[in-house]
Amino acid sequence: MEEVKEQISRIPRIGEPAPAFEAATTHGVLKLEDFKGSWLILFSHPADFTPVCTTEFIAFAEIYPKLQKRGVELLGLSVDSVSSHIAWVRNVEEKTGVKIPFPIIADLSKQVSLAYGMIHPGESKTETVRCVFIIDPNQKIRTILYYPLTTGRNMDEILRIIDALQTTDKNGVATPANWRPGDKVVVPAPNTQEMAEERLKQGYECVDWYLCKKKL
Amino acid sequence: MACISPDGKPTASGTKVLRALQAGLKSPEEVAQDTGLPLFRVRSGLRELAQAGLVVERAGKYEITDKGTALIQ
Repeated sequence: MEEVKEQISRIPRIGEPAPAFEAATTHGVLKLEDFKGSWLILFSHPADFTPVCTTEFIAFAEIYPKLQKRGVELLGLSVDSVSSHIAWVRNVEEKTGVKIPFPIIADLSKQVSLAYGMIHPGESKTETVRCVFIIDPNQKIRTILYYPLTTGRNMDEILRIIDALQTTDKNGVATPANWRPGDKVVVPAPNTQEMAEERLKQGYECVDWYLCKKKL
Repeated sequence: MACISPDGKPTASGTKVLRALQAGLKSPEEVAQDTGLPLFRVRSGLRELAQAGLVVERAGKYEITDKGTALIQ
């Protein structure tokens, strides 16, 4: 029980600095700070040579060029060895023709998994659940997604979140439900009555003073 | 290891990084631009090459050593 409590208390939160790490990967020893200046998607999978994970890795490889265009790097992780990761990615390439171009952390010590709250004992005491940490160029955590072992992730949603975060940062706006690039964005809610009254005169598409949208 | 093989020789990406440094002192960003390697790979590779004595760091920039030069001749 103590171990479970300790793992839960270490789950980082949105807005916090991403926990630093130095880890063996399929591309050599990497530190979190090596990714400074780039967006980073750190994601965990339960285990190599498993079916859902294989479909996810193929899907991550397929969106990798789109992520690179957006200045985003990918870094996988599971509690497996580097040799296991190498054997698996070679097998994926041999059987499906898809090359896995991004590094994968071999977290046998669970040092990174525990720092990021990737092991959920109610789901599995030994395997990492399907986590996605979106880390910005300043190495702050901006989004966290957790999926159970049995549900593969949605790559469209991951790309949509990246587009939303980058649009938000660039333009000082928010994005509404189901937003896609090109859709209208939400103008931040006013903080004073004066700003609320002015807001309605600015030509935005407003439902009321607190919900206004605009085209970028 | 990413930039050095178990036999101590630079890998293909390690050789790329060393060759980029033959032109002189460069930052990791400049090496990434010259080699086409991702910046995170260059940063980790330079760390590894420095540990092996093939490059040295000077105020955030890197220079190839005589030992590094000899390995890519």
